Amino acid sequence: MNTSHTPAMQLEQVASLAREFKGKKDQLMLVLLKAQKITGHNALPEDVAVVIAEEMGVTKNHIYDFATFYAMFSTEKRGKHVIRVCKSTPCHVNKASNAAHMLEKTLGIKMGETTEDGQFTLEHIECIGVCDRAPAMLVDDEVYGPVTEESIPGILSKYQMQGEEI
Amino acid sequence: MEEVRVLLRNVDRINPVSAVDYMNEGGYEGLKKSLWMSELDIIHEITESTLRGRGGAGFPTGIKLSHAHNARSKNKFVLCNADEGEPGTNKDRILLSKDPNSIFEGMAIAARAIGADKGYIYLRAEYPYIVPILEQALENAREAGCLGDNIFGSEFSFDIEIRPGGGAYVCGEESAMIESMEGKRGEPRFRPPYPTVQGLFQEPTAVFNVETLANIGPIMYRGADWYKTMGTKKSHGTKLYTISGNVRNKGVYEYEVGVNLKDLIYEAGGGIPDGRKLLAVQTGGTAGAIINKHQINMPMDPAYVADSGGSMGAGDVLVIDNTNDIVDILDNVLSFFVHESCGKCTPCREGSMRLYQLASGIIDGTTTSEGMENIRELCETMRLASLCGLGQSVPIPVLSCLDNFREIFDEYIVRNEKNKKIAAGGAK
Repeated sequence: MNTSHTPAMQLEQVASLAREFKGKKDQLMLVLLKAQKITGHNALPEDVAVVIAEEMGVTKNHIYDFATFYAMFSTEKRGKHVIRVCKSTPCHVNKASNAAHMLEKTLGIKMGETTEDGQFTLEHIECIGVCDRAPAMLVDDEVYGPVTEESIPGILSKYQMQGEEI
Repeated sequence: MEEVRVLLRNVDRINPVSAVDYMNEGGYEGLKKSLWMSELDIIHEITESTLRGRGGAGFPTGIKLSHAHNARSKNKFVLCNADEGEPGTNKDRILLSKDPNSIFEGMAIAARAIGADKGYIYLRAEYPYIVPILEQALENAREAGCLGDNIFGSEFSFDIEIRPGGGAYVCGEESAMIESMEGKRGEPRFRPPYPTVQGLFQEPTAVFNVETLANIGPIMYRGADWYKTMGTKKSHGTKLYTISGNVRNKGVYEYEVGVNLKDLIYEAGGGIPDGRKLLAVQTGGTAGAIINKHQINMPMDPAYVADSGGSMGAGDVLVIDNTNDIVDILDNVLSFFVHESCGKCTPCREGSMRLYQLASGIIDGTTTSEGMENIRELCETMRLASLCGLGQSVPIPVLSCLDNFREIFDEYIVRNEKNKKIAAGGAK
C-alpha cells in the first residue's frame, strides 16, 4: 500500500466507523466499502488501513490480503468517480470494446487510468448483471446502458457538473 | 408460447418493499402454513416437490434441508446466495429488486425446517442499488410481523441480515462465500465437511440460490402435487431464463422447465435483429457449453441438457450472431476465467492462464496442432484436479466450442501451421 496523507478528519471518520465493529472481523467487507467512500478517492491507502486495523483488531496485513482479493477495492488512489465497463461475453457480443474505446478517447485515458483532474477512473469489470442493457457500465453505484457514442457525453457531464457544485 | 408466472407473479404489479402488498397477493401463506407443521413434514413436502437448486448445480433442495436439519447444533444459518456473478444471468436481480418478500418467505420456511433463527443475504457488490430496496423491505416485513420475534404470533423467531460482496465471481461458490462472510479472501474450502455440517462460523449452514428460495413459498402454500403439474417428466416447476446477446428482446422470462431452446431464442427473444444470422449459443453462462446453430432444437430440461454434454446452469441463453468470430468468443470466455480464478489451486490458476494464451495464439498465429492437443490435455487436468466448480467447469465452454466449431478451428490451425513452415523456411 502506498504511503499517503489522508486528511485527519477523514481518518477520524474511518476510525469511528471501524470502532463500531471492533472484534467483528466478519464485517470487514462492509467497513472497507464504507471507508473507501469516505476517502473520496475510492481507495484504501496505507494510513486508512492502519486505522481500521487498530480499531477493528485485525492486522494491517490481513486488510491488504483481503482488499487485494476483491475487484471493488484499490490500494492506489482512484478518481472521484469510478467508471466500470463490462467486458463479459453478453456485452462483448454487443460491441462492448467499442464502448470502452469511446470512453478512453473521450476521457483521454486508458483502461485502469485516472483523468488528470482526478474526476474519473476507467476500469473493466466482469458481468454486472444487466445484460438487457448491453453494452453496460456502472458509474459508482449507477447503471448505464446501452453505452453509445451519443450517450457518453451526457452521462459524463452529469458527474462533471456534480464536481463543479462542490 | 405463454409465460407461466409463478416466481415473477408480483413483478411490476406490487410495491416491492411492501410486505402488506405481498400478503394481499397470497404472500406468506406458505410460511403461515409451515409454522404449524413439524420440521420433518416441511422437509417432506419440499422433497416431494422434487425442487432442485436453481443456481446451476441442481442439488435437491429437500436433501440439503434434511442434512442441515440432522446436523446437531444450537446455532444454524440459512444463507441466500445473491452473488449472481455468472455472466448472462440477471434473474436474481429481478427477484431481489422486484419481489424481495418472496425470498424472505423462502428463507423463513427453510429456517423453520432446519431449526435456524438467523439468515443472511450475501449480495454481490455489482448490485449496490438493491441494498436500499432490501433494507426497506426487511424493515417493513418486521413491522408486519413476517420476520423477527414470534413470527405471526407463533413460537418461531427468525431474522435476516444483508452482507455485501466485494466483486469476486468465485464467491458464488458456497464455501468461498462463507469465507468471504467471515472477513477473509473468498477462497473455496476443502470439502467435506460440507456447509450443512460445518459452514458459516463453523455452524451448520444451508445455502440456497435466490430463485430456489422464491420457489419454496408457493410450494408450501399450494403443495408439491401442484408443483409437479409443471415441467417435464424428469424435472418439475418453472425456470427463469435470462436471454442475452444478439437478440431483439433481451431480458428475464419464466417458463415451465423443458421449454425448447429454439423457442426461447426466436419467440421470447424475438430472434436476431438486422438480418444477421445465428452463429452460436452459450447456455448456462460463461461456464456453460457453446453450441452451434444446428444444435438449438433442445428442451431446456436439466436432465436432457446434461445428457447431451451441456449444462443449463442458471438458465442463461447467450445468443451470438455471425458478425462475431467464435475464436474471439472463446478468447473472451477464457479472459474471464483468468480474471476470476481465485488462485488457490494450481490447476485452475495456471490452467486458465495457459488456456487463454493458447486461445489467443489461435488468432495471432502461434498456436499449432500441438497447442490444440495441449488445450485438451489442460482441460482434462482442470476438470479432474481443480478444487471447486470454477476450475472444474472451464473445460465445458472450451471443449464444446472446439468440438462444435471444429471446421473453423481447423482452418485457423492449418493457416498457423503453414505460416510456421514458411517462417522456418525463411530462417534457413
